[in-house]
Amino acid sequence: MSSQVPADLRYTKSHEWVRIAGDAATVGITDHAQHELTDVVFVELPAIGRKVKAGEAVAVVESVKTASDIYSPVSGEIIAVNDAVVQDPSLTNSAPYAAGHFFQVRLSAPAEVDSLLTPADYAKQIGA
Amino acid sequence: MPLKLTPLHSAHQKLGGKLIEFGGWEMPVQYSSIVDEHRCVRRAAGIFDICHMGEVLITGPGAEGFLNETLTNDVRRLAVGDGQYSQMCTESGGTVDDLYVYRIAPMEYLLVINASRIDVDVAWLQERICGSSHRSGVIFEDASGRLGAVAIQGPRVASFIDLLSAGPSLAGAAVDGASSLKKNQIGAWEQAGQRIWVARTGYTGEDGFEVVAPASLIEDIWTRTLAAGHTVCIQPIGLGARDTLRTEVCYPLYGHELDENTSPIEAGLGYFVSFDKGDFVGRTALLDQKTNGVKKKSAAFKMAEKSAPPRPGYAIFAGGEKVGDVVSGTQSPSLSTGIGMGYVPPAIAVPGTKIEIEVRGRRFAAEIVKKPIYRKA
Repeated sequence: MSSQVPADLRYTKSHEWVRIAGDAATVGITDHAQHELTDVVFVELPAIGRKVKAGEAVAVVESVKTASDIYSPVSGEIIAVNDAVVQDPSLTNSAPYAAGHFFQVRLSAPAEVDSLLTPADYAKQIGA
Repeated sequence: MPLKLTPLHSAHQKLGGKLIEFGGWEMPVQYSSIVDEHRCVRRAAGIFDICHMGEVLITGPGAEGFLNETLTNDVRRLAVGDGQYSQMCTESGGTVDDLYVYRIAPMEYLLVINASRIDVDVAWLQERICGSSHRSGVIFEDASGRLGAVAIQGPRVASFIDLLSAGPSLAGAAVDGASSLKKNQIGAWEQAGQRIWVARTGYTGEDGFEVVAPASLIEDIWTRTLAAGHTVCIQPIGLGARDTLRTEVCYPLYGHELDENTSPIEAGLGYFVSFDKGDFVGRTALLDQKTNGVKKKSAAFKMAEKSAPPRPGYAIFAGGEKVGDVVSGTQSPSLSTGIGMGYVPPAIAVPGTKIEIEVRGRRFAAEIVKKPIYRKA
């Protein structure tokens, strides 16, 4: 099973991905993570306006078998959440890097992005 | 302690099964996905590795008398080739284990017990034999090591099961082929000069069979079943779907619905307790519960609003107060909603009662429903 690791994203050891555009970071879970979870049936996202720290548990994704915490890869303020994935959690499985993304953070410490995993680092971690 | 491996361990790896620890065993939790495997069993056919389960043989002229004083059900109801579900209780009515007992010969019984309870059950049974007036007529064997088992479940299984066991049965129920077994019956066939037992039982709520055979034959039975069931698209099924399938039809799982502090009466399994057969371990306590009522009762529930799946350990609320705990809970692949079972006071355990399930500090509306939660259309 080969998982996709898009080259334009940064990653965490806990399998979140981050897409940076200006001072906003879009966050989701990786293709590898959705393969591991399978059958995502519920997604709980943070409130808009919440201030979060890098590494803080801010969301929950549940498969049939287990509940898993999702950690914000970066510090900042939640400026948007993806209601579509709350309504249809299976988007996490079918489109983890697009329609199945989770939330957006306005970066308060942009330098944190440099310490996130590169696509090559993450691919190595998951053995892709 | 290293995890125990079943004879199918390498088969699971080859099939891409995701392996997890379960009761001291390394077992497949899923191959494709829990939902996919669940639907496959409800629609057609699936095969499960259940080699982790234990087998005990109780043989001899004292076997019937011994089992009837040790188990809750009445084994005298069993003709040769019949099986029944039963509990094994403590004096105070708590459940040591729940099991299937098959009468495979006039004086020979096969007990199929839970993987997590093998050591406890074996010690319990041996101690009871020593204290029994039937002890000189009872031979006990823990056959868990030398025997393995697979479950083949689903509405299409009967169409190919006879391919596995040619011709009429050689022992147990006298039938022309395994597909002629009635529910709860067991028959024997021969493979490679050794006896294999096929029972029409299961843990999914679907028609199906369980095959108990020498461990050395299990991989061959597994491979031949996958080949025989190919025409109905049989799939290997992991423990994840095994749990969602049994939860939908409210079958108890030891350690969840049942434990040493929970009686079959509280669990709603009084049907399998025979009070009129004479004395047995736990009879006094169980009769008291049946006559005077219980403090907690097993109830099934369904979520009434969109929520995270209920999980074991979540609190159950009614009228603003905590009234119990969830013991089994999952997202139902058949109903696409959260379902579960829990223990609550008998007044709450009534279908139609509105309850709430607390998930991470938030309460979600649910309703007590009649068992089984899922019924085939």
